[in-house]
Amino acid sequence: MISLERVSKTYGTGPRAVQALSDIDLQVPKGTIHGVIGLSGAGKSTLIRCVNLLERPTTGRVIVDGAELTAMSASDLRQARHQCGMIFQHFNLLTNRTVFDNVALPLELMRESRRTIRERVMPLLEMTGLTDKRHQYPAQLSGGQKQRVAIARALASRPKVLLCDEATSALDPQTTTSILALLQEINQQLGLTILLITHEMEVVKSICHRVGLISGGRLVEEADVGDFFTAPGTQLGREFLNDFLKLEAPRELVERLDAESGQNSHPVVRLTFSGDSVSTPLISRLAREHGVDVSILQAKVESIQGRTLGLMIAELIGSETQTRQALATLKSFDLHVEVLGHVQRTD
Amino acid sequence: MSSALIDLVWQSTLETLYMVAVAGIISALVGVPLGVLLYVTRPRQILAQPVVNGILGIVTNVGRSIPFIILLVAIIPFTRMIVGSSIGTNAAAVPLTIAAIPFVARLVEGALNEVPPGLIEAAQSMGATPMQIIMKVLLPEARGGILNGLTITIVALVSYSAMAGAVGGGGLGDLGIRYGYNRFNPTVMLITVVVLVIMVQLFQSLGDYLVRKSDHK
Repeated sequence: MISLERVSKTYGTGPRAVQALSDIDLQVPKGTIHGVIGLSGAGKSTLIRCVNLLERPTTGRVIVDGAELTAMSASDLRQARHQCGMIFQHFNLLTNRTVFDNVALPLELMRESRRTIRERVMPLLEMTGLTDKRHQYPAQLSGGQKQRVAIARALASRPKVLLCDEATSALDPQTTTSILALLQEINQQLGLTILLITHEMEVVKSICHRVGLISGGRLVEEADVGDFFTAPGTQLGREFLNDFLKLEAPRELVERLDAESGQNSHPVVRLTFSGDSVSTPLISRLAREHGVDVSILQAKVESIQGRTLGLMIAELIGSETQTRQALATLKSFDLHVEVLGHVQRTD
Repeated sequence: MSSALIDLVWQSTLETLYMVAVAGIISALVGVPLGVLLYVTRPRQILAQPVVNGILGIVTNVGRSIPFIILLVAIIPFTRMIVGSSIGTNAAAVPLTIAAIPFVARLVEGALNEVPPGLIEAAQSMGATPMQIIMKVLLPEARGGILNGLTITIVALVSYSAMAGAVGGGGLGDLGIRYGYNRFNPTVMLITVVVLVIMVQLFQSLGDYLVRKSDHK
């Protein structure tokens, strides 16, 4: 539904030119929710603005619903933009229009009749739970309500694609949850294709099917959300994941970690379980088969897109041979094993 | 206070109101579009035209830098062409209008500049044409700021109109100079000043009321 082909964007010219995007290839299939995550300044905003050409790419092609936007005249592009709703971090509602009139704006721009406007706006207000607020002005609404108005407005022209530019970044966690639920509902009921950019893993985890990781203007990683959360392919991906899961070994342990194993030292491992390995009784098996005791330092279970993800940081206590065999056994299962280091016995 | 004096003050008040009204209305009709043009032709704006913008900017600045008393006499030939005479209340309204247009334009430009760029971006994402952005986003969102600018202009016009006497335009300022100053009549001076103060107060209060009423920020 959305296809970016070798899209690059450069600001300025000559020695002061800044490369905001480099060779972005991105495919978003119809009906999916695709997230792009990255730190601030990574090029997320430029990327999403290139999809509806609020920013015109310096090179490359942008194709939405089979039509190449980058090849269109200004007036064709305006028509094509009706197929592409957009919501923003700061909502961008018109302060001097009521909720109803804000939602009606795209239809006014399309010169729809008053009757059509009423017929289209009322169900959208219903869906976003704003029917009783329709005569109010944005200043009287909470952040979550404002974003609901913005969503209703973005849907008024019956687009096929919804672009979300940090749509929940200005909202508190509870409101974020309800807005994400609304986006998911829209995706499922209307079959709308959603491209969203965010710096919050929570957003990706809750509603995205696929995720791209952007850094320095490049898409450095792309994966199904379940795969990304179980085994990110890049260092940056792991950093995002660890930061999100907050599953770091305790600081005092990290300070005692040695990269090399030695006499009387034990490996400390981070285990990531997913799929079948979640339900395998691994710990007791290590004790039984290898005589290795497992001391769990931290553990967490997350459910991501219907898949269960277990994380654990544990110390394997046993002789060097025993722990080596235990590690081999662990690696033979469907789980990701990372040896964080070795720690000297304290007892 | 003699009835003759009351008549004179009343007559002068009407003259002032007339000049301010004519100059206010025409300068708004010309100045608002000019202000919009100054804003939308800026670089990276919706109708970016750097050359046009530069020229408009210079013309506007020239208009604003000529002292009013000089403008009043400098454009006498133009005034005669427009109203057929170089003296009288109508003749004074012409330079007042000319002076107020660039003033309004800059205030409107400033008001438009206060509209968050995100709103323009949102309208563009909906496929709005530049004209639709002006009519449906920029002007309605800047309504409060524009009304505030027009209020400032009206008040400035009341004050400028005091110089209209130089071309026989009449009005309260002229009355104050001729009767109050030249004929050493402090009572007349005081009355004209009091009437002007009341007039400005009323205009300002009315303007503030309209701004409050029209803006939902």
